[in-house]
Amino acid sequence: MTLPAPLLDIENLEVTFRTEENSVTPVRGVSLRVDAGRTTALVGESGSGKSVTSLAVMGLLPRPAGSISAGAIRFRMKSGETSNLASLAPDVMQRLRGSEIAMIFQEPMTSLNPVLTVGEQIAEQVRYHTGMNASAAMRRAEEMLGLVEIPDAVRRATEYPHQMSGGMRQRVMIALAMSCNPRLLIADEPTTALDVTIQAQILALIDRLRKEHEMGVLFITHNLGVVAEVADDVTVMYAGEVVESADVRTLFRNPRHPYTQALINCLPARALPGADGRRVVRSIPGAVASAAGVSGCKFAPRCAHTLAACHVSHPALETIDGGQTIRCCRWRDL
Amino acid sequence: MSDPKLVQIRGLTKHFGKAPALVHAVDDVSFDIARGEVVGLVGESGSGKSTIGRLILRALDLTAGTVEFHGREIGKLSQREIRPFRRRMQMVFQDPFASLNPRLRIKDIIGEALDAHGLAQGAARERRIGELLEIVGLQADHAARFPHEFSGGQRQRVGIARALAVEPDLIVADEPVSALDVSVQAQVLNLLQDLRQRFGMAMLFISHDLDVIELMCDRIVVLYLGRVMEAGPADVVSRHPRHPYTKALLAASPRPDPDARHTRDLLKGDIPSPLSPPSGCVFRTRCPLADAACAKAVPMMRNAGPDHYFACIHATETTSPEHVR
Repeated sequence: MTLPAPLLDIENLEVTFRTEENSVTPVRGVSLRVDAGRTTALVGESGSGKSVTSLAVMGLLPRPAGSISAGAIRFRMKSGETSNLASLAPDVMQRLRGSEIAMIFQEPMTSLNPVLTVGEQIAEQVRYHTGMNASAAMRRAEEMLGLVEIPDAVRRATEYPHQMSGGMRQRVMIALAMSCNPRLLIADEPTTALDVTIQAQILALIDRLRKEHEMGVLFITHNLGVVAEVADDVTVMYAGEVVESADVRTLFRNPRHPYTQALINCLPARALPGADGRRVVRSIPGAVASAAGVSGCKFAPRCAHTLAACHVSHPALETIDGGQTIRCCRWRDL
Repeated sequence: MSDPKLVQIRGLTKHFGKAPALVHAVDDVSFDIARGEVVGLVGESGSGKSTIGRLILRALDLTAGTVEFHGREIGKLSQREIRPFRRRMQMVFQDPFASLNPRLRIKDIIGEALDAHGLAQGAARERRIGELLEIVGLQADHAARFPHEFSGGQRQRVGIARALAVEPDLIVADEPVSALDVSVQAQVLNLLQDLRQRFGMAMLFISHDLDVIELMCDRIVVLYLGRVMEAGPADVVSRHPRHPYTKALLAASPRPDPDARHTRDLLKGDIPSPLSPPSGCVFRTRCPLADAACAKAVPMMRNAGPDHYFACIHATETTSPEHVR
């Protein structure tokens, strides 16, 4: 059986930021895939490199400091042809953004233009990518607002972002992202700023659009509850590296990497009964910052299973049964 | 009085602005906090949970209602009269980056709290600061550092040490772990639990995260648009919620279990503006049980069991099977 080629296939991605004095590598050794019609969650805490990874895919690394210093980002386009986004010219990349790959962000207010109506903003993008005339593009914009379940779409199209609630603004962002029928949607913490009842609506909307449009979704989040809710596949990052990936059930039922295990265990919902009747949350000692300058395993300074060898050699990302990948030299004995 | 409540709030109301732009931030809220008890305030944005915290500390003036602290009505005291009470109630803020003065050393941030109430001077002051830092899991020699030298979790520990400095009877913790990474969140939650055990202070714990609230609190007060929807023992409210809003809130909270994924009855629409809250029950515009009667009057609190109340005319009083989240 041959697996269909993934929509997005990132292999050994490394991103470097250079200043005059020195350079840092916030992301290295990142490999992950997103299949058409499926959601891959990219999960990690702050500083894990998940947002930098997504900016690299979008070709939006801040220039000239940031660049892809190694690896490939293979993307299968609507035409069926596969190109390496890491080596595309900026003007080619600009045409792909919006039409092939679209992105939504955490705070829609800072992503929308405050002086244009939401209809005008969507129409502008449609005209850029399709060359439609103004009135046809505006009709398309209204249709898109209807697609994201904004009631009274024709009237709402004439409103400005500040006239809308946070949930409505995120729907507008999604309408904007969907307006040119992208094959891949990158969602970077799209519900983090929203209330839970609104978050549930937005997650259901993204899921519906993914199914209806056979779209791949790369869903970036720090929230494991949201991961369990939306993901088919999960990639876990720590300190700029992928440490584990698996399908969502395997990841929650049988996490292999000590970091993944610890991250799941420190959720309040997984608190253990303590001695005096109250429940105790398990925590991970230290902070992510302690990974800076570590030559061996990045998680070794905080890991409960560290051996001397962990501080010395840097583990490779290995593929184990069922396509699960793991970066830990002790996974066999843990 | 055999068991005087530490805090007793009755009919607490706060409106901002003037008509026609009158914001109903908090409307007729009543609850108690016993000595050493942790009460959780949970609700979405605009529910009034932070405003209630600030009203109790008298960082804001009340529009109506009363706040009793140690049996004394403090709701109408002037800012000067309230000062002695301030020593006995402290606040821990959400954002550890914004709540510590970046130009002060840690010892001065904590020392300021001691100085304001004339608690310790000279060598005793220094000793006390070191002791407080150790209590919250930092080191005494961190005292000379500035906030930027610490991570988010460590800064939150400094914020907690500052609150503890005056040995308060009540700590209002407003989303104290929301800005922190999950792994660090766990450390701070455990620290707060330990401190409560050790010093026996009461807490008003404000959060939008039901899992955190359930873990930390003895009792929960569920708020929506400035009003109490349901209140009761934490485990009872989260396992046997009565109010349709509590049920919706629980159903909408993502569970870290892919097998628990199911199609949910999502609440439709947005939270109404607190400028013009719906008449009668404020939740009726999004409520699956709502009918014409709900618009007529603000529902009375109904009793659902020991210390368990809810404000809905349609929800049943009888015990329902364990609520599936």
